[in-house]
Amino acid sequence: MYLLRSRRKREVLIKSFVYVILMVTSIIILIPIFWMLSTALKEDSEVYLFPPEWIPQKPQFGNFKRALTFIPFGRYFTNTSVITFATMVGSLLSSSIVAYGFARLRARGRDILFMILLSTMMIPSQITMIPVFVLFKLLNWTDTFKPLIIPNFFGGAFFIFLLRQFYMTIPIELDDAAKIDGCSYLGIFSRIILPLTKPALATVAIFSFMWSWNDFMGPLIYLNSRDKLTLTLALSRFTGMYGMTAWNLLMAASLVVALPCFVLFFFAQRYFIQGIVVTGLKG
Amino acid sequence: MKTRMSPMAKREERYFYLCISPWIAGFLIFTAGPIVASLFFSFCNYDVVTPPDWIGIQNYKRLLSDPLFWQSLKVTSYFSLVSVPLGIALSLIIAILLNQNIKGLTWFRTIYYMPSVISGVAVALLWMWIFNPEFGVLNFLLWKLFHIQGPAWLMSEEWVIPALIIMSLWGIGGDIVIYLAGLQGIPTELYEAAEIDGANSFNKFLNITIPMMSPVLLFTLIMGIINSFQVFTQAYVMTRGGPHYASLFYVLYIYQNAFQFFSMGYASALSWILFLIILVLTFLIFKSSPLWVYYESTRER
Repeated sequence: MYLLRSRRKREVLIKSFVYVILMVTSIIILIPIFWMLSTALKEDSEVYLFPPEWIPQKPQFGNFKRALTFIPFGRYFTNTSVITFATMVGSLLSSSIVAYGFARLRARGRDILFMILLSTMMIPSQITMIPVFVLFKLLNWTDTFKPLIIPNFFGGAFFIFLLRQFYMTIPIELDDAAKIDGCSYLGIFSRIILPLTKPALATVAIFSFMWSWNDFMGPLIYLNSRDKLTLTLALSRFTGMYGMTAWNLLMAASLVVALPCFVLFFFAQRYFIQGIVVTGLKG
Repeated sequence: MKTRMSPMAKREERYFYLCISPWIAGFLIFTAGPIVASLFFSFCNYDVVTPPDWIGIQNYKRLLSDPLFWQSLKVTSYFSLVSVPLGIALSLIIAILLNQNIKGLTWFRTIYYMPSVISGVAVALLWMWIFNPEFGVLNFLLWKLFHIQGPAWLMSEEWVIPALIIMSLWGIGGDIVIYLAGLQGIPTELYEAAEIDGANSFNKFLNITIPMMSPVLLFTLIMGIINSFQVFTQAYVMTRGGPHYASLFYVLYIYQNAFQFFSMGYASALSWILFLIILVLTFLIFKSSPLWVYYESTRER
């Protein structure tokens, strides 16, 4: 009896210790985000106060408007949305059909090609960056959105891998039954595979959204004209625009840029987790 | 002996190649072709405007005597060597804690993953402000909590890399999610059996958790190293490689050579060295993996 009680006591103690650590680390993770929000709402004079205030005296919601009108935000928002949307469409179309081939159709050379596909995931993009830039330059596509969009229509290795893993979980008997009923390969793909793997397609859509929306190096290399910038590129130039950095406006702008990703994450968390777990990608 | 294929099988094969044709085209245009071209450029003097001019191994020779090449290699290795193991250890610990039948598990997971949702540029700007030596929140907290006078962080040659390492640890949420899923996949019977045999928590961790998690750890280690060698956005936005080249990350140096100095040939040579480094590291880790990675042969994946 005594033994049992002391054991229970120890378990409770360990459990509370676990909670304390998780709480503390969560708070450490949240402080920067809180600091971002708090700074964004501060008056100009309040930003450079020391010691800093955690909660601004009079929250300045007007900062968001100021930050967004200082740069042609609408223009950049449209640019980024166009690139991101086109990227999502391209990734979904190409990756889903390529993955169908790898998951469902038997052919000589399939396994070798799949190995090549997997190994391309390990190739650093810097090795291809310069020749691809030269190619787009020859095509006169620099300072357009094409270099950021077109490559996505050729299927991304990570997405193909992710979708293939999902397709493999669908019983092949479904395909066979459909084939006996006279369904073509295209019919099997569009009427059986696609409807059954909607969650996986959502995961692909979300990840391609996140990557494209947040991409920095691509736009940095290809876009120059002031009216063609993306949000991340505009943000990175924000620092130089004021003499002394207006951190409140900068943080407000950063929050607005991050907002679609936050919203997407809160409503579609399931798909994020699924994508991360299946591919080992961190998003 | 060649087996004859039925017309059905032939049709299937044709459809296979039709389906994957976008990827094959993309692979040739955007991966295989450029890799060959990049190798060719690395033996040339090339500024995009005039045609490439073959100079043999000059670029590689120049690289060996370029102090900035060595500096960027040092900076990147330092960052990689500290941030990757530290990130893996911390995320594994948190994942294990989360796996103890915790109430509010999804809440914690959401919080840990939240930083990974924000864009690289926004994160970089936020941390520039946090690391601000005079008005930043970090030095304020260090003073308030521990009475430590914080360093100049991004403006200090000594502290700029530690600062970027701290910042990288803020984004370990993805690894936590991966590890948590791995831990949840370990059969509880293993732990129960060990308990009957009188194993304590440490024994269980060392003899069950670590071996069962080792394939996942191997994967995240390799991806972590590959990613850490490709750090760019932070360095470009926050420090531009400074102060005094103390944060000149390798890919930033490639970018500067290619798109600021237009030495495409030299930049190609640099990226080939990066490719080889990643290849060798991945190979070494794979080679060493039989020593520490446990594969349960009967189970798939």
